[in-house]
Amino acid sequence: MRVSLLRPVEAVGGAVLSSVATVGRAGYLAVGAVRALRKGSIWGPHLLAQMAKIGVDSVPIAIFIALFTGVVLALQASYTFTGAVPLYFVGTLVGKTMVLELGPVLTGLALSGRVGANIAAEIGTMRVTEQVDALETLAYDPNAYLVVPRVLAGALMFPIVVLLADAVGVLAGWLTSMYLLDMSSQTFLKGLRLFFQPWDVWFSVIKSVSFGLTVTSVGCFFGFSTSGGAEGVGKSTTRSVVVSSMIILVLDAFWAATLLK
Amino acid sequence: MSIRLIDVHKAFGPKQVLKGFSLEIREGQTLSIIGGSGVGKSVALKHVIRLLEPDQGEIWVDGRNVATLSREELYELRREVGYVFQFAALFDSMTVHDNVGMGLKRIPGWTRGRISERVEECLHLVDLDGYGERFPAELSGGQRKRAGLARAIATAPKYLLYDEPTTGLDPVTSAVINELIMRMRRELEVTGVVITHDMESAFRISDRIAMLHDGRIRFEGTPDQLRETQDPVVRGFIEGRPDLLEVAP
Repeated sequence: MRVSLLRPVEAVGGAVLSSVATVGRAGYLAVGAVRALRKGSIWGPHLLAQMAKIGVDSVPIAIFIALFTGVVLALQASYTFTGAVPLYFVGTLVGKTMVLELGPVLTGLALSGRVGANIAAEIGTMRVTEQVDALETLAYDPNAYLVVPRVLAGALMFPIVVLLADAVGVLAGWLTSMYLLDMSSQTFLKGLRLFFQPWDVWFSVIKSVSFGLTVTSVGCFFGFSTSGGAEGVGKSTTRSVVVSSMIILVLDAFWAATLLK
Repeated sequence: MSIRLIDVHKAFGPKQVLKGFSLEIREGQTLSIIGGSGVGKSVALKHVIRLLEPDQGEIWVDGRNVATLSREELYELRREVGYVFQFAALFDSMTVHDNVGMGLKRIPGWTRGRISERVEECLHLVDLDGYGERFPAELSGGQRKRAGLARAIATAPKYLLYDEPTTGLDPVTSAVINELIMRMRRELEVTGVVITHDMESAFRISDRIAMLHDGRIRFEGTPDQLRETQDPVVRGFIEGRPDLLEVAP
């Protein structure tokens, strides 16, 4: 009886301890990565390759998502506004929504799958096959060799990919308005310009930098935490995608609450 | 000059793997550590270059307390201690040449030409001439182990730590690896520590053999002393007789 009463308490205690340990390990990795920034001779040669892998290779998926998002936004705006709101507001809604919200968030979520999963699987495989230990024995700091180039590449390339997605989404909405909604180009552009502020683009950039840092560092963290062979690599990959997606949505709300007042 | 592990304790969660492990490896010798699977042989070996840190105890290499070394001092030590991993741990995305040259790139003043020369020299030592441009996936198990050995000797270490060098290899390839371990000692004069449960290999290559059992060293001596020991745990292991292990105290 006493044992069964204690069991929930033990479970809660275990979960709390495990969470604190995870936060501790994440903090340890973060401190190690910041210290490793000094070792440019290790991470420098790999930065360009990671920028290509994380940024350039992600362009097709980002364009694909933005293209269809722009089309749907224009069609749904037109459907919603019919008869009640002037149609040029389609341009306003497409522009504002793409740049402030859907461009960064949808691209961030898609890249948490493409980039974050890739990083977690790659480093996780290196961990279980002792390649990370091998780096250590050859006098390489794994943080400098593996973490820094990936996280820096994420922070630098996510904004570029997101800005491209923003532009493609707006362009897709514009073309949809012209060819599927019988709206003139001038009408769409009038709405697009109406509430446009350069700050919106900066907001998109700030969000995407934070998403880039999140996706890459979470991928690295779960990669380094991998144990137990192929099954462990699979678990790390899944956790990386789930956790970075959740953090992206929390950050999305955080930036809206702090920067859009 | 030696490697000394003194009263090392190490646990992973509730599992206590090392329970007062003490061992000295003297310069110029090849010492094999034998013991059943999962008793902590590799765990002990990883402590020597601080891939793992002990919960209790000390590790000394050439008079340096490994636990107190700064990061840079530790990297200096690691250049003096080559580590040959059980499954070679070659970097998949690199050619054999780049794998072998990885450690050399970290030594100040080494030009690309000098690194290339040294890599070719090391590949020649392990009989892998002409394999430099291949990727690890294109090598057999034995070739991969030899490439891992070439990478470990590239920085001309004083010590070589071998983690199960013949596990998973056929008898002929195992003999080739054993011959290479003896050649490393003969030609490069390196001190070797070999983790193995391959008794034939242990008797062939070792000056001394230590047996790890229940987290501690159960036996240490020459191969001849090992053959003659009456300790039932040791005899049970080397003769492959679980009945002796069961009755042992």
